[in-house]
Amino acid sequence: MSAVKNLPSVVNASKLCKIYDGKRVVNELDLAIESGSFCAILGPNGAGKTTTLRMFIGHCPIDAGELQVFGYSMPKHASFVRSLVGVVPQMDNLDPDFTVEENLYVYGRFFGIALAVLKKRIPELLEFSSLQEKANSRISELSGGMRRRLTLARALINKPKLLILDEPTTGLDPQARQAIWQKLRELKKQGITLILTTHYMEEAERLCDRVIVMDHGKMMADAPPRNLIRDQIESHVLEVHACDDVLIGKIQRDTSIARFEKSGDIHFFYGDKLKQALEVLEQSAHDDYLFRPANLEDVFIKLTGRDLRE
Amino acid sequence: MGNFGEPLLYLLVLGYGLGQFVGDVEGMTYMVFLASGVVCTSAVNSASFEGMYSAYTRMDVQQTWLGMLSTPVNVGEVVFGEILWAATKSLISVSAILIVATALGLVADAWALFILPVAFITGLSFASLALLVTSSAKSYDFFLYYTTLFITPMVLLSGVFFPIEALPYLVQNLAKALPLYHAISLVRPLMTGGEVHSVFLHIFVLLAFGVVAGVAATHRIEKRLIK
Repeated sequence: MSAVKNLPSVVNASKLCKIYDGKRVVNELDLAIESGSFCAILGPNGAGKTTTLRMFIGHCPIDAGELQVFGYSMPKHASFVRSLVGVVPQMDNLDPDFTVEENLYVYGRFFGIALAVLKKRIPELLEFSSLQEKANSRISELSGGMRRRLTLARALINKPKLLILDEPTTGLDPQARQAIWQKLRELKKQGITLILTTHYMEEAERLCDRVIVMDHGKMMADAPPRNLIRDQIESHVLEVHACDDVLIGKIQRDTSIARFEKSGDIHFFYGDKLKQALEVLEQSAHDDYLFRPANLEDVFIKLTGRDLRE
Repeated sequence: MGNFGEPLLYLLVLGYGLGQFVGDVEGMTYMVFLASGVVCTSAVNSASFEGMYSAYTRMDVQQTWLGMLSTPVNVGEVVFGEILWAATKSLISVSAILIVATALGLVADAWALFILPVAFITGLSFASLALLVTSSAKSYDFFLYYTTLFITPMVLLSGVFFPIEALPYLVQNLAKALPLYHAISLVRPLMTGGEVHSVFLHIFVLLAFGVVAGVAATHRIEKRLIK
């Protein structure tokens, strides 16, 4: 589908497979990511998101299929491809033996970047990540948000053309998360291609121009977030909490209800207007309900199910 | 510090105390005999500790290696870097012990400076072996097996505390098949003003252990991290 566009692809995967213990973690994945796009990969734990990202940088042998990054076949050209890529891993792996500045310096040296270049670039990166005052601090003195910003700055030390972010904001407070979002938007404006995995639907919805939903190693959906919500799910959701069966029975008589689900003591009714159902609720004594437009999380649940993973 | 302090304690206490009962060994006082053994043990311990506990921390707990591997650096380079660093630690602790030994009058002449490259090569050898152990480690506890079953028996049998000629023939040959004996065979004459024999053989054995273990360690760590 993306081959129709003329933009050059940064990542090109065809029939990509990864098998662990006989289980297909990535299952014949076809994927092309265009230059300059900001793409989110969503999926429950174990869906194959991280494994897919690890293949992009040669951290995971490919069992079947083909993968090209910047037109170079992987994992053969892994080392060269990594010189063009920045990685923000799921778990921070900053070096606690070094200060903030030293972390950037040492990491830059791994790319073979000259000392003179680093001397100029590191202050810029510290400014970009609002860590100027922490330049000489130890990693243990940084908050979770600061560490993530430093990890992001570190991933930019080689001026990457592609930035891979594996759950960059997990565990951060709202302020820290929004700070990261702002940085990512700036990077997008600079023309960097970004690929992100996240469990925060809002994050994908706000930042990304393309959302891929993965489950069981397969692609379940692939579209801009707005289109996903428009095309994959009814326009509105009525959530009725802790309600008796008699009332539920009355609500269900509304013929505009397209779909209905029960999870614990919450009933979900999907549809466009649900006028009749709302009237029933208004006339009843029950006031614990919520009528809202459908969002990306509803799409996600529809595509991957309500069952707990792991 | 620990890899320098402990051998020094052995040297001072055993050399002084035990030395009074033992008398001369191979024509030198026991303290002088023991000093060269302690130098080699220190090289072994420094490199082994760095290649096990510290390297495991960087590999598993802190995931420092995975961070490095997100750059053009590959697994072989990471492992080789670790080996060089661990050998450097051997060099540092041996230098410190040599300074103290010189101050105590346990060093014969300036030939002892050649002990430094030997310490580095010994460090390369034992760092590679330690990294091979680390490549299979599931936790820090695993290292106790290697220390108890390999390092300690080797130290006891390789001529650190007494000449290996005192051991049964079979055990002597076993000791000669392990790298520490070859390090001591080079260091002892260099430190006591004796004549060094079979230099290339000894260096070859040390390096051979290092290369084989280093290549195996790289292969295993690659399988562990790139999976």
